[in-house]
Amino acid sequence: MSSSEVLIKARSLSKLYNHNVLAVDNIDFDVYRGECVGFLGPNGAGKTTAVRMIYCFLPITGGELTVAGLDVKTQERKIKCFIGVSPQEDNLDPDFTVIKNLEVYARYFDVSKEEARKRAHELLKFFALEEKKDASIYELSGGMKRRLIMARALVNQPRILLLDEPTTGLDPQGRHIVWDKIRTLRKQGVTIILTTHYMDEAEALCDRVFIVDNGKIIQTGVPHELIKQYAGEDVLEVEYDKMMVRLLKRELPDAEVEVFGDQVRVFDKKHGVFRQIIKQFPDKNITIRNANLEDVFLRLTGRKLRE
Amino acid sequence: MISFFPKLTYRVWLVWRRNLEVFTKTIFVNFLPSLMEPILYLAAFGFGLGALFGASNIPGYSGGYVQFIGPGLIAIAVMYGSFFECTYASFVRMYFQKTFDAIIATPVSVEEVIAGELLWGATRATINGTIVLAVVAAFGLVNSPFALLIPVVCFFGGLLFASLAMCFTAKAKTIDFFNFPTFLFITPMFLLSGTFFPLSVIKSSALEAVALGVFPLTHVVHMTRGLMSGEIGSLLGLDSTAMWLLALVWVAGVTLALFVLAIKLMKKKLIK
Repeated sequence: MSSSEVLIKARSLSKLYNHNVLAVDNIDFDVYRGECVGFLGPNGAGKTTAVRMIYCFLPITGGELTVAGLDVKTQERKIKCFIGVSPQEDNLDPDFTVIKNLEVYARYFDVSKEEARKRAHELLKFFALEEKKDASIYELSGGMKRRLIMARALVNQPRILLLDEPTTGLDPQGRHIVWDKIRTLRKQGVTIILTTHYMDEAEALCDRVFIVDNGKIIQTGVPHELIKQYAGEDVLEVEYDKMMVRLLKRELPDAEVEVFGDQVRVFDKKHGVFRQIIKQFPDKNITIRNANLEDVFLRLTGRKLRE
Repeated sequence: MISFFPKLTYRVWLVWRRNLEVFTKTIFVNFLPSLMEPILYLAAFGFGLGALFGASNIPGYSGGYVQFIGPGLIAIAVMYGSFFECTYASFVRMYFQKTFDAIIATPVSVEEVIAGELLWGATRATINGTIVLAVVAAFGLVNSPFALLIPVVCFFGGLLFASLAMCFTAKAKTIDFFNFPTFLFITPMFLLSGTFFPLSVIKSSALEAVALGVFPLTHVVHMTRGLMSGEIGSLLGLDSTAMWLLALVWVAGVTLALFVLAIKLMKKKLIK
């Protein structure tokens, strides 16, 4: 789906709040037309700030940022016309019903009344909210609100969709509906940027991920390649035990053994090397699973809490 | 001038329209109280209190007491209508509902959002002021065809108080902060701007200076009273058309300054 056309280009992009908090620190990135890119990072890493600069909500402090060749510093009105935004917090208009939320929002983009109504109906159908058409915002569940916010982000038929933590706080059903819609939109050719700290979400949806920490992009890549590179194939997990750690290190000299709390995790680049260990210690509660993006993330960003 | 005055487009009216649509949805809640209030004031102060001290004792004013307070009530409705709209109501939209954030993500700019809010505040003031005018007229207290211009005064007076209110909103960290401007500024202004009695009755030049220099309501009352009686220039015994025009210039200048300031302060608050 993605092409070689660069749609969003950032060079030495920085954001400084109140002259002292450096939220985004001199980052470079490209987003190509038609791809789905995920900004991944712990809380406070600078994901939301980066996204807010793209849709011209926040002025940039330093560097360059262009969207479809337009400079965010001078062309914000033009840029906002073809971007759809689903913000992290719920800012639906509680003074209006579900459908009116979409119609009024479309008006801010100069969409005519008839066209706005047509699009509103289509979007409500797409997001399975038709039955709630005339409901008040207060009557919606968290998942419905999230879907309505996404529907609202599409009323201007955007070329770029920015989704800031689109599934935070949703139940598994709600998450999968949202994921399904994101995939459909991506197939339709919409360029999507999402932020998340759910690794499975990034793995499931993103063509590429940017791992962000302390305002910097510390790694970029295709999810499964990053996993291979930083976490290998399999991960062995077992309860901490001095003897066990010593043994693991001896038996698996190429593997990396990591102790965290009362758990030991062993990463190995090769597939299948842990089978033998299980056989050797049938009484230990050993689990072997596939390496995932969470392993990559934790190894790159560390385990320290960020708040 | 170009950098001083914010760049605004027709999109200001999109924000205004959003507020109008919410207002019309709840028209009965909004309409009935503003209709009742002037009737009660006229009854209690005009026909009640006014009856105690007769009609001909008002310095610099030829009409009766009920006629005297009528234009004051219009100005008060203007002040409360726009001030509360652009403090409490705007704060709720900004802080709790995040409505401004949602709109700023569209081609509407932050300056246009605030300008739309201010014009809406002025519109609320015009609606409230005109309702009071209609009530006062129904009691037969309007003497001059100039009174038809009162809604225009309501709009610009409303824009003044809306802009003033929005400056406080830009500085408010919590909604309780509005107790300060409401009780320390709006309430004194409500009572001491020539609304219920001519200020010359209290022989204090300090009060007169404050009323003329700091209380915009004084000038709005001056204008509504002049238009309603046809005697343009009736306050503080300064009985001249020149004084009426001075009030007009004062209101226009302060409105423009506060309008620009409110937008600048709100932009600073919303865009980090």
